[in-house]
Amino acid sequence: MKTAPGMAGYFQDYGGDLIIDPISKLQSVSEFEIWQNLLASEWDDTQPCVRVCDGTGCRALGSQKVLEKLRQELGQTKAIPLEHMISVEIVGTGCPGFCECGPLLTIYPEQVSYQRVKPGDIPEIIQKTLREKKIIERLLYTDPQTGKHIYREPELPFYQKQKRMLLDFNGRIDPTRIQDYIALGGYRSLVKALISLNPDEIIAEVKASGLRGRGGAGFSTGLKWEMCRRNILRTKIGYIICNADEGDPGAFMDRSLMEGNPHSVIEGMLIGAYAMNVQQGFVYIRAEYPLAVENLRIAIHQAEQAGLLGDNILGTDFSFRLHVRLGAGAFVCGEETALMASVEGRVGEPHPRPPYPAESGLWGQPTNINNVETWANIPFIIKQGARIFAETGTDKSKGTKIFSLVGKINNTGLVEVPMGITLREIIYDIGGGLPNGKAFKAAQLGGPSGGCLPAEHLDTKIDYESLTALGAIMGSGGMVVADEDTCMVDFARYFMSFTQQESCGKCTPCRIGTKAMLATLERICAGGGLPGDIEYLLEVAETVRTSSLCGLGQTAPNPVLSTIRYFRDEYEAHIFDKICPAKVCKGLISYSVIPELCNGCQVCLRNCPAGAISGAKQQVHRIDEALCTRCGMCKSVCKFEAIGLYSGAMVAI
Amino acid sequence: MPVTAVEETTLSAINEILRDEALGEGSLIGALEEIQERYRYLPPEALILASEYFNVPLAQTYSVATFYNAFSLKPKGKHCLHVCMGTACHVRGSPQVLDRLETKLGIKSGETTEDKLFTLETVNCLGACALGPIVVTDEAYSGAMTPQKVDQLIKNLHRMEEAQV
Repeated sequence: MKTAPGMAGYFQDYGGDLIIDPISKLQSVSEFEIWQNLLASEWDDTQPCVRVCDGTGCRALGSQKVLEKLRQELGQTKAIPLEHMISVEIVGTGCPGFCECGPLLTIYPEQVSYQRVKPGDIPEIIQKTLREKKIIERLLYTDPQTGKHIYREPELPFYQKQKRMLLDFNGRIDPTRIQDYIALGGYRSLVKALISLNPDEIIAEVKASGLRGRGGAGFSTGLKWEMCRRNILRTKIGYIICNADEGDPGAFMDRSLMEGNPHSVIEGMLIGAYAMNVQQGFVYIRAEYPLAVENLRIAIHQAEQAGLLGDNILGTDFSFRLHVRLGAGAFVCGEETALMASVEGRVGEPHPRPPYPAESGLWGQPTNINNVETWANIPFIIKQGARIFAETGTDKSKGTKIFSLVGKINNTGLVEVPMGITLREIIYDIGGGLPNGKAFKAAQLGGPSGGCLPAEHLDTKIDYESLTALGAIMGSGGMVVADEDTCMVDFARYFMSFTQQESCGKCTPCRIGTKAMLATLERICAGGGLPGDIEYLLEVAETVRTSSLCGLGQTAPNPVLSTIRYFRDEYEAHIFDKICPAKVCKGLISYSVIPELCNGCQVCLRNCPAGAISGAKQQVHRIDEALCTRCGMCKSVCKFEAIGLYSGAMVAI
Repeated sequence: MPVTAVEETTLSAINEILRDEALGEGSLIGALEEIQERYRYLPPEALILASEYFNVPLAQTYSVATFYNAFSLKPKGKHCLHVCMGTACHVRGSPQVLDRLETKLGIKSGETTEDKLFTLETVNCLGACALGPIVVTDEAYSGAMTPQKVDQLIKNLHRMEEAQV
């Protein structure tokens, strides 16, 4: 099982053969320690290594072709004279987070960060950077403020204010190799728990850490474990579940963790299982995340081979099996009682709580459900101790939180920040501000269950309590940035249409209430808003909030409530003035040709799908309002900016 | 439920999937997912056989098959186009992209073209938000989509089909 020294990942030798060390079952803690020491000694960050992000985001941008080209090129260097030969490790890693600039390629040991790398760049990277140790400026990140190139990954402004307790391994290890995780100290926390802590001590540690559920509700994880353990001592049977049904649109924290570092989640679950005396666990994961599912399955398989999952783990009395369940595309299954129904093979409909899962969950037995990110925090807490974990964060919100920063933002990506950071720091310092110099309007947190924070609250400290007080929620960590071109009424309509579609229909307030709210919002967006609509929305929202069966319904009105709270003027403009200030709502906008700018090139005329544009060559064109479907095609194809977009009274002519 | 004639080979293949699932983790949903993946829909026979294998009433299997978005009782087209309607894609213009696809293909989201070539569907979030708006054709991602790029995409797909014929 020995690999060449320093080759902790794939090693592509000059013949193109792949050497992968086999995994043998570890019979005891000391065998684990021997293996870990060996792997750690082989892990050498001073050796040349090229790491390419192979997460979903970069894959969609072509990272696999980049990896393929790298392997191909480095395998074809036979003709190079011996003294110029380079042996370079190539690793496909998980997502380090900077999706905006993908595919990302980092060269170790210098940590040179290249961005938007194409397969065609590979020969040059090999020749210049790997052989001659020269930087290729064109592939570097350029600071938009100073215009300076930044060449080392840790110095990128995107990473500066982050605190990467969970995502640290994502850009370093190959998630399909348990050896990488173990080489960097993985499964040490499990060993510590097994040999030197009893279940009560583990629970006490988790409680003391102040860790709160990262799925959105923010309940104390330690307390939840304690309740579940107490019940399991009575029933003897219980389960733990990892909720990886990340259904919030615009959120992909859990996906990235599962793709990039699945063993951290498995290790967290193992520690939880040991603390709560559980032998069976489930990971409920979205089928829409094929790579995360694949990497998770590989990780479980390798952990089983190594004897870290299964019967008598590391030769102890502790046994734990982990099963994967694929979500079949129902947002409501992120709700814990619906999720459990789905794991049992039934329709994913929620049931009222109490009884809580800790009392009666899966197949009627005590069950503990935590979110992916919550589980992933556990190894750190056990390894470093509650005190060190709690040094990060605020009084009541400890540790870090991963947000997926998306929408109208320069640096789209995944960011892990200490609790208590301000929204401004996330959006401007890490996110690099908004594109095209547009003004910030709001950040939407918590997806369809959450709310938005307008510009006046940019300096809010991000923690559970302050967000709730402002009508938003921590949620699972989706953060969608809206700019001046985003219509907040349309935004609310979007979320309502989402929850209305995803409402399982079991309880009336949610089934009917979301429909009623959606119909009203659609009418307002279509230009048919009536006086009293806002009051009606508020009234229905209150009913749905207070009387729905599960979290989905109870939180469904939040996007409406919070947009009315902060952007009531936009609602009023739609309803009373028939204007959509952001010029988004189709029923309230119109397109027309600006005569002074139109040169009669006929491009818009040819592209108009509705045939609504007329005009001879080199003559000013005209848009027929009656035929126009407001698709915006003409505006997007016009090279002379000769198509004007208007709303309401602003309509010229 | 109208029972269409499914070939013997299909029946035995479905039986095989069910047996594997029942022996493994024993999940009805898992088995249906496998069948859906292989046939791109759930043939009526599959529901009947699944009910027998897992010993649950047919009504329950039917309710599962109609509750989850991943399942379809109607055969899908040769190519599946998924438009991501996640928030990030939404604010970057996915409604216009969907509109354009609907116009181009002459079908609404959730429908299949008459020639059984294309099925158009929306998906709530693929988690590749940096690329929004995204359209996934079968397994290939196309990012930063615009109505114009939709035209090109459809043109390419048609060209590919013609080349095969």
